[in-house]
Amino acid sequence: MRPFTFERARSPADAAASAARHPGARFIAGGTNLLDLMKLQIETPLHLIDINALALDRIEATADGGLRIGALVRNTDLAAHEGVRRDYGVLSRALLAGATGTLRNKATTAGNLLQRTRCPYFYDTNMPCNKREPGSGCSALDGVSRGLAVVGSSEACIATHPSDMAVAMRALDATVETIKPDGATRAVPIAEFHRLPGDTPHIETALEPGELITAVALPPPTGGTQVYRKVRDRASYAFALVSVAAIVRRDGTGRVALGGVAHKPWRVEAAEAELPRGAKPVAERLLADARPTRDNAFKLPLVERTLAAVLAEARG
Amino acid sequence: MPVSLEVNGRAVSLTLDPRVTLLDALREHLRLTGSKKGCDHGQCGACTVLVNGRRILSCLTLALMHEGDHVTTIEGLGTPDDLHPMQAAFVRHDGYQCGYCTPGQIISAVATLDEIAAGIPSHATADLLAAPQVTGPEIRERMSGNLCRCGAYSNIVDAITEIAGSQG
Repeated sequence: MRPFTFERARSPADAAASAARHPGARFIAGGTNLLDLMKLQIETPLHLIDINALALDRIEATADGGLRIGALVRNTDLAAHEGVRRDYGVLSRALLAGATGTLRNKATTAGNLLQRTRCPYFYDTNMPCNKREPGSGCSALDGVSRGLAVVGSSEACIATHPSDMAVAMRALDATVETIKPDGATRAVPIAEFHRLPGDTPHIETALEPGELITAVALPPPTGGTQVYRKVRDRASYAFALVSVAAIVRRDGTGRVALGGVAHKPWRVEAAEAELPRGAKPVAERLLADARPTRDNAFKLPLVERTLAAVLAEARG
Repeated sequence: MPVSLEVNGRAVSLTLDPRVTLLDALREHLRLTGSKKGCDHGQCGACTVLVNGRRILSCLTLALMHEGDHVTTIEGLGTPDDLHPMQAAFVRHDGYQCGYCTPGQIISAVATLDEIAAGIPSHATADLLAAPQVTGPEIRERMSGNLCRCGAYSNIVDAITEIAGSQG
């Protein structure tokens, strides 16, 4: 690891203000992704702001009947929360499909949203990567791309977002709450939180410099049958090739978001109108602009088949 | 920078470079070499310890992030003369070959049973609203972050199953 200075933040406002004062600062919460990348010198912060002591570790009911999940709520605690299991089952299932118990005990809600891609070329510092080193090129385009994006990608980057949790939150229409260094707060719909790569794949979210996530809010429960299905190379402890988060109501309408196929959780609201007609037309709309590589073209039929299985499960 | 924590019931104060992981603090500064450094990237589970009763990977956290925390390593679980029941079960069931992953396996196994008892669901739990049970699929899913390159998995599952039965 490169040397860095370290401080413990006393409040969210204090943390955000400190981040603005210190060039090259990063917040650290669970640390399970950031420290891995720091050891590889892919992340080289000059200053770490430890936010673990902040009172952002609670799950509370909101006035409108939804839930506010503190940024520091650990993945284990969110998945096991009684209200989440009962009313937001797709979120519990997505969390439990990710990583392992040891990692989920440490990883936080905000950190999960901010995970970096597991594209092998992002991790290989001997190879060009526009995300790690803007302007250096994308090694994945002509490289090993089996696990990478098929839709929403660009000539600059075909990385995927690795999170399972974020896919469920996209289906649930979550909102990301933040505080900026000047103390201003805002709420960003999750649809606008993660960005597509375009020609700036190193800019992954709508967060501004120094802006700190304080919570993720869920709207009131939508009901319906909630399913998260993850297809991966091993039965456990592997990232998704394809995942489907679905909320299906009794009349056949519902919502669908995909993981493992794009630079962000992939949802096309217009495709959901096709849900009563089955998986094929929905998958066609979701992936209408897909540009797979030779290595990952299998994800297109895999999305349709996984969605078909999910819809069959939801309809009992 | 200074940090104070409790390790295996003993209060310790250290002055550390901010880069020192909890694992390196335990092994290199406190000479508790039971927790192992396998991959040092959170992929193998050899460094698993309990922090405030929960299992985490000590290689993926900085010692400075644990001010005031209570850490339990394999040395704090049992001793050669007074094995923890899980340690004894691993011996009885031959739940290891080279032994390098074993401290992490045993810490993780103890925590796995605690997590099931606490009602924390897993990917293998069929009904999110029912209490999870100790079954083979539950143990395998919950232990999937602790790799054993010798392949002692079936004996590890047997050892954990026996302890779960004796607790129930």
